[in-house]
Amino acid sequence: MADISPTRFERPTGLAFLGYASGIIIIFWCLAGAGFSVDKVLSSPPRFADFASRAFPPNLDPQVLSRLGTKMVETLQIAVAGAAIGVILSLPVALLAARGLIAGPWINHITRTALSFVRAVPDIAWALVFVVAVGLGPFAGMLAIVVDTIGFCGRFFADDMEGAEKGPAEALTATGARKIDVVVCATIPAATPAFISTSLYALEKAVRSSTILGLVGAGGIGIELKVGFDLFDYPTAMTVILMIAVVVIGIEQVSGWARTRIIGEER
Amino acid sequence: MVVSAVDIEARSIAKTYGETPVFADVSFRLARGEAVALVGANGAGKSTLLRCLMGLIPVSDGQVNLLGVVANTAKGRALRTLRARVGLVSQKHNLVPRLSVLSNVVHGLLGKEPGIRHWNHALAPKASRDAAMSALEKVGLADYAMRRADRLSGGQSQRVAIARAIVSAPEVLFADEPCASLDPSAGEDVMDLFFRLVKDEGVTVIFTSHNVDHALRYGDRILGLAGGALKLDATAASLNPTDLRELYG
Repeated sequence: MADISPTRFERPTGLAFLGYASGIIIIFWCLAGAGFSVDKVLSSPPRFADFASRAFPPNLDPQVLSRLGTKMVETLQIAVAGAAIGVILSLPVALLAARGLIAGPWINHITRTALSFVRAVPDIAWALVFVVAVGLGPFAGMLAIVVDTIGFCGRFFADDMEGAEKGPAEALTATGARKIDVVVCATIPAATPAFISTSLYALEKAVRSSTILGLVGAGGIGIELKVGFDLFDYPTAMTVILMIAVVVIGIEQVSGWARTRIIGEER
Repeated sequence: MVVSAVDIEARSIAKTYGETPVFADVSFRLARGEAVALVGANGAGKSTLLRCLMGLIPVSDGQVNLLGVVANTAKGRALRTLRARVGLVSQKHNLVPRLSVLSNVVHGLLGKEPGIRHWNHALAPKASRDAAMSALEKVGLADYAMRRADRLSGGQSQRVAIARAIVSAPEVLFADEPCASLDPSAGEDVMDLFFRLVKDEGVTVIFTSHNVDHALRYGDRILGLAGGALKLDATAASLNPTDLRELYG
């Protein structure tokens, strides 16, 4: 019987071949730029084992734990306060960014561009800026989280509202309601499940960020990590790392539970 | 001959989407208190025509007079004021699912009374709450006022949508296949209720329907769209189901 099945592999076109080859070259160029070294990879396990042997057991001295616990609470305060204010401020920003709601195309475009800029600057850079602006301490960290949350939630709240079901909004428009009334009464309630989901994710992100803001003096437990490494006090640094891991995983679990509890299966 | 007041007048209206014509040269006048069924096959443009008459989507040509106002050129506050005098019941109930039934009905007053006091039943003035409860009583759902809208059955939801449409005492009601998404029994209940209410209030109604029996039973007059033109304009009494079925080709 004649074989009528297609060939197993198709020969790439010249252009496709060039594309694949360029991709591979770029990856190698980046590896070179990143200082990739097989030697270092092979010689790192003994050094890592050395670090592990010096870091374990972690420092569980009650005084240290009490100090780190206080810093961890401060970290969570920075994260929760920053995320809460950020989420609240994101709503008006998102209303300006969402296309076809209350603002015209130009305002949408300008707001979205500004939000892209805010997101493009890393949280740690915002923390550095606020340390200069308001001085060392947790307030600078909280402001950094606020700005970072607006960059994230402002954009996704706008997308959520644009994607919300249009039926209820049309029904209210047909009653002669103003745009702002339609948005408040139909669009925002329709987008609420997505808002909650996005806000909880913003909280998780804020907790992760707030744990390292201390590296630049913006409050929280990050400073303890820096001091631990700077003074070669690896057991304490390990305690900090483990605390951060436990808290971040805990927050993710609580956030997941809250998401299911509040919005159920509905998205 | 007695000329009654005209609530809706379409003068040679046409609608095209890009290059695709939906309908052209459609003209008719609807007298106050009339119930008019708009019939036609899928894609004949019934819903589009209904939305053009309300000024929800613009016409490509011609003129629509709604309650003495040129609806197709009205903008901003004038258009909102005009819309506040009419009501719409759609195929889907389009309630806001996470809010209470009462808040959804209070929203029906936003056209006449815009602002924060009508965003939610808890903020609404007593007169508005009373009006909303009265509308819910008329559709038999006063006991469900505080239930979340997404906890209702399809038929109940559509009755709440009717309450929202009548709460502002509209002069004209538009209904776009109000029972199409319901099972036959719930559909019959909703149609009976809707037309009993509008007849009681003397409201002008224009409704689209796929159901020939509904069109003949509830309409005083039948308008038929086919092939992008108004092919039928006759009183329901002068027609039989076979005449209408011809419209569906």
